[in-house]
Amino acid sequence: MSAQLLQLICFYAFAAVAGISALMVITLRNSVHAVLSLVLTFFSVACIWLLAQAEFLAIALIVVYVGAVMVLFLFVVMMLDINLERMREGFIKFLPVGIVVAAVMLVEMLALIGVRAMHVMTMGPDPAAAAGMSNTAWLGQALYTRFLLPFEIAALILTVGLIAAVVLTLRHKPLTRRQNPGDQVRVSNRDRVRVVKMAAERPQESES
Amino acid sequence: MSRITSYFKSLLLIEMFKGMGLTLRYMFKPKYTMRFPMEHIPKSNRFRGLHALRRYANGEERCIACKLCEAVCPALAITIDSAPRESDGQRRTTRYDIDLFKCIYCGFCEESCPVDSIVETSIHEYHFEQRGENVVTKQQLLAIGDRYEQDIAADRAQDAAYR
Amino acid sequence: MADLLFHEVLIPVLLILAIMLPVVLTVAMFVYWERKVIGWMHVRMGPNKIGPLGLFQAFADVVKLLIKEVVIPTNANKFLFFLAPLLALIPALAAWAVVPFGQGLVLANVNAGVLYLLAMSSVGVYGIILAGWASNSRYALLGAMRSAAQVISYELAMGMSLVCVLVLAGSLNLTAIVDAQAGPKGIFDWFWLPLLPVFVIYWISGVAETNRAPFDVAEGESEIVAGFHVEYSGSAFAIFFLAEYANMILISFLAAVLFMGGWLSPFPVSWGWIGHGSILWLFAKAFIFSFFFLWFRATFPRYRYDQIMRLGWKVFIPITIVWVLVAGCMKYLGWVTIGG
Repeated sequence: MSAQLLQLICFYAFAAVAGISALMVITLRNSVHAVLSLVLTFFSVACIWLLAQAEFLAIALIVVYVGAVMVLFLFVVMMLDINLERMREGFIKFLPVGIVVAAVMLVEMLALIGVRAMHVMTMGPDPAAAAGMSNTAWLGQALYTRFLLPFEIAALILTVGLIAAVVLTLRHKPLTRRQNPGDQVRVSNRDRVRVVKMAAERPQESES
Repeated sequence: MSRITSYFKSLLLIEMFKGMGLTLRYMFKPKYTMRFPMEHIPKSNRFRGLHALRRYANGEERCIACKLCEAVCPALAITIDSAPRESDGQRRTTRYDIDLFKCIYCGFCEESCPVDSIVETSIHEYHFEQRGENVVTKQQLLAIGDRYEQDIAADRAQDAAYR
Repeated sequence: MADLLFHEVLIPVLLILAIMLPVVLTVAMFVYWERKVIGWMHVRMGPNKIGPLGLFQAFADVVKLLIKEVVIPTNANKFLFFLAPLLALIPALAAWAVVPFGQGLVLANVNAGVLYLLAMSSVGVYGIILAGWASNSRYALLGAMRSAAQVISYELAMGMSLVCVLVLAGSLNLTAIVDAQAGPKGIFDWFWLPLLPVFVIYWISGVAETNRAPFDVAEGESEIVAGFHVEYSGSAFAIFFLAEYANMILISFLAAVLFMGGWLSPFPVSWGWIGHGSILWLFAKAFIFSFFFLWFRATFPRYRYDQIMRLGWKVFIPITIVWVLVAGCMKYLGWVTIGG
C-alpha cells in the first residue's frame, strides 16, 4: 500500500463525504441540520484542497466560510421560526419548474465542460513547488506582483460594498434615545459627582 | 483636547493596570478565612445560643414554673405545664419545651427568669436529624445545663458586673 | 504493511497522546490554580481541604462531574445537543498539533501554521452556537448569540494582529516565527517590543476569544445564568469546561510563541547556559500568561455587550490595521532585526 494509493483513498473518502453532505443540504427537513451539512461540505472540500497541496486556499475556506460566513448564516436560520408544513406546500406545484431549471443548468454545465475539454490544457507542474517555496508564499508573491491591479480592484470593490452596507443600515433617527458607549467610557468621576467643600455647620447668625 | 488626552490615556490602559496592581497587592495579604472546624472565631460571653436549664449546686433544679419566660417569649417558642411535685408538693414544671425553629434567640427568657434557670449558652453548633427533634424537652435542657454548667457559670460571672 | 502502520499510525497516535494527556492534566491543575489565585486575590484561601493544600480538588471535581447524570432538556435536539460539546473540544485540542515546544519539538511542522490556528479557533464557535440552539432554552440561545458575535468580531482583531507578526517574521510557520525572534539581545529581540500595541490587542482578543472574564458575556452568570451551557450537566458540561481551559492554555502558549520568543531565553546568548533556549522557558512564559487570565478575572467587572462590540470594532481593528502598515515600514526600513 503506497502513499499514493492512500492519498487516492483519502480523496475518494472526502469527495464522497462532500457529495453526500451537499445532497443533505437540500434534502434535510431541519434547516439548521441543512446549514450544518453545508459546513461539512465546505470542510470536506477544504480537505480535498489540502490533499492537492493548496493549503492556503483550504484554510482560507475554513476561516472565511466555515468560521465566519456560515456562523452568521446559521445564526439567521436559528432565529427564523420556519413553518415546515407551509414550506412544503408548493413542492409538487413547482416541481416541474424546478426540474426544468435543474435540467437546463445541467446541460449548460456539461456543455461548458465539453467545450473546455476540446482544447485540452494539461496542467503545468506545480509553480509553487517549481519555485521551491510554500504554496502560501507563492500565492502571496503572485498576488502582489503579477495580479496586483486585479487584487487591489477586488479589495476596493469589497471596501465599497462594506461602506455601502454601513451607510445603508446605519441611520440615526433624531427621536430615538441611544447610548453611546464611547461617551460612556470617557466619563470621569468629575463629570458625575461634584465634591463641595464646606464647613460642617452653618455659620452662626450674629446675635445683634 | 480633553477628548484626545482621555483617548490616549485609555489607550495606555492606566486604569486597568491600577486595578490589577490592587488585586496583586491583595493576593499577598494575610487571608481572612477561618478554617472553621479547626479554628473558631472568638465569641462574646454574652453570645446567645442553645438554651439550657440550670440547677443549684445541691442538684435542685432552679426553675419554679413561674412562666415569665413563656409570657415574654416574642416568638411563642416556649411551652410550660406545671404541677405540684409529688415528693414535697413544690411547684415545678412537668413540661418545658422550646421549639428551636420558632426561637429567635432574643434572650428575653433569660432576662425575665427570676432564678436564673433558663439561660442561653454559647453553643451554636448543633443540628437535628429527625423531624420533631427541633423541640427540646425539659430533660434535654437540664442535661445541657448539667454538662456545660461550668461554662455557663463562667460566662455569667464575667458579665455580672454590668447587671 | 506493518511498517507503514507503525510509522503512519502508531507513532503519530503516541505523539498525539504525549501532547493531549499533559494538556488535560494541565487543565485539571489549572482549574485548581485558578481557584487558588482568585481566592488569594479575594483574600480567601481557595480550596485547601482535599489532599495536601487542596491539590486533589480538581480530580475530585472531575470525578463528581463524570458520575453525574447528563440531563437532556425537553424538546432539545438530541443529536446536536451531544454534538456541540465535541465540536467545542475537537478544535481546542486539534490546535495543539502545530504548537512548537522547542526547536523541532512539534507534532506537525506545517507551513501555514498560523492560518491553521486561526481556522481552528474559528471552528470552535460552532460548539457554542449549537449548544445554545440545541438546548431549547432562552438563556442558552442568548448566550450563543452573544458568543458568536463576540468571537467573530475578536477573531478579526486577532487575525490582524497575527498579520503584523507574519509581516515581521516573513513566515506562517510557527517554528520559523520563533527563529525570527532569536537575536543577541535576548528579550529585546522578541516581537513584543516592535509590536507592543498589537501584542496587547492580541492578548485581550485572546481573552475575549476564549469567553473569559471580563468578556464572559456568553456565560454571564448574573444575567443569563450560565449562557450557552446552562442546560448541560455531568460529563457533557465537563467537556465544555475542558475545551474552555484547553483554549486558555493554548492562547497562553501562542502569546509566548508569537510575541515572546517561544522557547528562547530572555537573556542574551552571550551569558552562557542561562542564555540558551529551552522548553522550560516556554512553559514559564505560558504560565505567566495563563496567570494573567486569572488576574483579569479577579480584577475586572464584566463588560457590557455593546461596549465589547465597540472595543473590538472601533478600537482594536483600526489600531491593528494601522500597525500592519507600521510593521511593514519597520520591516522595509530595516528597523527590526529578524533572526539575529
